[in-house]
Amino acid sequence: MMKNTSSMNKISSAMSRLSNGRYLVIGVPYFWFLILALVPLLIVLKISLSEMESTSVSSMIDWTNGWPTVKLNFASYMFITTDALYYQTYFSSIRYALMTTVICLIIAYPFAYFMARSPKHIQPTLLMLIMLPFWTSFLLRIYAWKTLLVNNGVINNVLMSIGVIHEPIAMMNTPFSLMVGMVYSYLPFMILPLYANLSKLDMRYLEAAADLGASPFKAFWLITVPLSKAGIVAGSMLVFIPAVGEYVIPELLGGSDTLMIGRVLWDEFFSNNDWPMASAVAVVMILLIMLPMAIYNKSQSEQAESKA
Amino acid sequence: MATAPKANIVREDLLRVEGVTKIFDGAVKAVDNVSLTVATGEIFALLGGSGCGKSTLLRMLAGFETPTKGRIFLAGEDITDLPPYKRHINMMFQSYALFPHLSVWENIAFGLKRDGLPNEQINEQVEKMLALVQLTKFAKRKPHQLSGGQQQRVALARSLAKRPKLLLLDEPLGALDKKLRETTQLELVNIIEEVGVTCVLVTHDQEEAMTMASRIAVMNEGYFMQVGAPDEVYEMPNSRQVADFIGNVNIFDGVIEEDEADHVTIRSEECVHYVGHGISGHTGMSVGVALRPEKILLTKEKPAGDYNWCMGEVTEMVYFGAHTTYHLKLASGKVIKAQELNNTRDLSCGLTWGDTAYAHWNEHAMVVLTQ
Repeated sequence: MMKNTSSMNKISSAMSRLSNGRYLVIGVPYFWFLILALVPLLIVLKISLSEMESTSVSSMIDWTNGWPTVKLNFASYMFITTDALYYQTYFSSIRYALMTTVICLIIAYPFAYFMARSPKHIQPTLLMLIMLPFWTSFLLRIYAWKTLLVNNGVINNVLMSIGVIHEPIAMMNTPFSLMVGMVYSYLPFMILPLYANLSKLDMRYLEAAADLGASPFKAFWLITVPLSKAGIVAGSMLVFIPAVGEYVIPELLGGSDTLMIGRVLWDEFFSNNDWPMASAVAVVMILLIMLPMAIYNKSQSEQAESKA
Repeated sequence: MATAPKANIVREDLLRVEGVTKIFDGAVKAVDNVSLTVATGEIFALLGGSGCGKSTLLRMLAGFETPTKGRIFLAGEDITDLPPYKRHINMMFQSYALFPHLSVWENIAFGLKRDGLPNEQINEQVEKMLALVQLTKFAKRKPHQLSGGQQQRVALARSLAKRPKLLLLDEPLGALDKKLRETTQLELVNIIEEVGVTCVLVTHDQEEAMTMASRIAVMNEGYFMQVGAPDEVYEMPNSRQVADFIGNVNIFDGVIEEDEADHVTIRSEECVHYVGHGISGHTGMSVGVALRPEKILLTKEKPAGDYNWCMGEVTEMVYFGAHTTYHLKLASGKVIKAQELNNTRDLSCGLTWGDTAYAHWNEHAMVVLTQ
């Protein structure tokens, strides 16, 4: 009996150690998230509801009457809704991000599709080629596009020397150059989840579709595309979300008519030194991105529930 | 050859395969010069172990592979070069390949929609198929919400919905557990016969082939070793490989001593076999004598006569409930298997481990294998 109890104790203490270990493993990333994402976000939210004083933002809690009074200043948010600059910029940010997402999807889908269909032994090489650009600094690659796209850049020079055009095409600082930079930078983030998804697709579904009379084209639309929905959604999220807030690419490749919210943010912080305004702009941007995500997540979980 | 003639029905050939060969990567001969005809309404089984070429042959019938050589005809029309989506052939896939994102109803309707049929006709046909496989209540479910047996029925309904001329079944019961397989086998045959569709089925399970098919082709290394009705293949195998592949068998190596029109005697190390029918062979020829375990009778007493018995020690007893299989070690060192029916509640022959037993059989129990 004695022996039995002591071994039982050993087992239960081992189990509690195990679950402690599990909490630790789960806890660390959550703690990280809390300290480095959620808290800063709350600070930004707090600043956005404050007023700018000469060198710093006003404190939210006022003790002047001996009572703590919470002061919330919605002026920045009011300004965002009234000044056309802001909502036009939001609109164009979302538009450019959407265009980037759609163009990336159109290019990446066939890319990922043929990668997933290529012989198994060359797939790791193809994957590495996708990641190859990451070996060079992002900024350097964007600058390289500049030298390609400017009026006396490589593309214009080559076209003029072979006589296709007689005057340089103005490509730089236009929506075109912006889209080139955005699509170029975000393409791998669309390809990778699509590839991961498509390489798992069971070829027997396509055979079954062909067997039932679907041409390869029909089988693609009716089977491959719906079954790769998860990859399409993941890739689109990975491209769309950072693209909305993109600052560097519009700054370097965009022009005065391709205003994006990242640049407005920068200006508010560093040129106007208006922290509450900049914070409010950031908070609204986060809300704009989170809303469609939340709706999508809700529909997904409802679907999962109806399956169960 | 020995198939029972179906009363006055003239059966025409629906499927004709002429000298089909499939070579993969220029070297591997998966299917080697196979010819066959399947009559309308027949259920034809391709039976063989893995890698014997049965699946490749089936995939060529479906159109997923093109033969390297040879032609395939369906109802007289050469379909060798037609893509799968233009053939009047449907297939029930191994582990079904039901579209996971579509409901049962949409899965069954998939083929009909590709034909561009009007909606009422599609509805009508899908309802009919659902009723046929008794899944009307499950029409709105997704495949993953169904049990294995239900999925199998959806797959069957989907492959029958377009009323194919030829139905291909790839290991139709392979994904089901043993108990379910037995009931499903008969159900499947009943449905196929009700619809009246011609069938080619691929299986590695000889019981499945025997219970479902009207004719079996035993395949090995890409060619047909034997084609015939189930009983024919079982009782009259034409080679050691077929005898060995279909069921259990004891094979004695021997030499023909006496070759008469109505009988032959064959001497092997263990005993002298008296076979009660003539064979195509000659005196002095080396042959194999195949004897099925269930055709051997075990006794404690020495049988009368000089032929068709041998003596050995019981080294193993395997109790199966309905029957018991005894392993008998002969003086030569050869171990033979004998299967005794347990027709009383105590083991009827009363033998146990270490006992000396006599195995004997009658003159019609054996098959002489010349190859």
